Amino acid sequence: MHSETVNAVALRASLPVLFGYLPLGMAFGVLFSDLGYHWIFATLMGLFVYAGAGQFLAVGLLANHAALMEIAVTTFLLNSRHLFYGISLVGRLRNRSWRRIYQIFGLTDETYSLLTSTRLPEGLDEAAFQFRVTLFNQLYWVLGCTLGAWLGGQISFSTAGIEFVLPALFMVLVIEQYRHIRHPAPFVLAVVMGMLTLLLISRDQMLLISIALSLSALLLYKGGQRWNPYHTS
Amino acid sequence: MESISHLLIVIAVLSGVTFLTRALPFMLLYKVAEHPTLVYLGRYLPPVLMVLLVLYTFKDVDFSGAGLAPELLGISLVTVLHLCFRQPLLSIVGGTALYMVLLQGGLLGG
Repeated sequence: MHSETVNAVALRASLPVLFGYLPLGMAFGVLFSDLGYHWIFATLMGLFVYAGAGQFLAVGLLANHAALMEIAVTTFLLNSRHLFYGISLVGRLRNRSWRRIYQIFGLTDETYSLLTSTRLPEGLDEAAFQFRVTLFNQLYWVLGCTLGAWLGGQISFSTAGIEFVLPALFMVLVIEQYRHIRHPAPFVLAVVMGMLTLLLISRDQMLLISIALSLSALLLYKGGQRWNPYHTS
Repeated sequence: MESISHLLIVIAVLSGVTFLTRALPFMLLYKVAEHPTLVYLGRYLPPVLMVLLVLYTFKDVDFSGAGLAPELLGISLVTVLHLCFRQPLLSIVGGTALYMVLLQGGLLGG
């Protein structure tokens, strides 16, 4: 009954990701095509790996004939921020069986952000929404990877800067999160930890280090008091 | 360029490792999903991660430079638009358009 509405809501929510994934996926495809493989393998990577930074790294590793163990370890380290996404989603995925497994497989930065921040209209089937957002996002990504590898060097990137839609989307979701939570503490904490890491510790490893610092601070705060004033249930 | 079979093995490894990083918490924490600490993190970790993903955009920005970075102006416009109109697509398209103009036109070098 609600499937049309769910599709429309999921499509609208994921539209910014379309504009981000298409050019980013194409950039990957163009890089990948320089390796000399058939474009279908870029499609395969979009389908079965589905990780932005991970796939870009893979191009470099393939070009350097890296050993399998090296590929596995670097990819794990690069993607380890995803460990933290799962921690905050464990009780919130609405699907079961293969749909649940697919949702976990498709848990990119952008999908995670949409799933945790989109306020759904009353009565909308949340499980269907979660599944469709995950699916739509991956379709955009696979399309970008394929087009990029297929067209290869013929593309001239006059669209430089369009990937800014992704940080723009994150900023919009920060504001939506604030309207939902109405407490400045987690936002202030993240800004402090993020800037601290960026300016004093490491730029390249900024995301992972600042996530680990912020998570530690959240846990310390929780552990430091017997009762929790934020507890809502 | 190496053999197709080697490429397929690499893709399988990448696929497996990436899925592992996404699935591990679900595999390990499934039984304790209702634990107060996880409920607490489920509420406060998303805004923290979202802010950090925004800040990650500034990874390559030189803060000591005299000019304002296109990243800073783009994110500022997104914020203002979203606070005023609360239309996600308008905020995102507006901020991105400004960023692209600044980046390609180089109006504010430095």
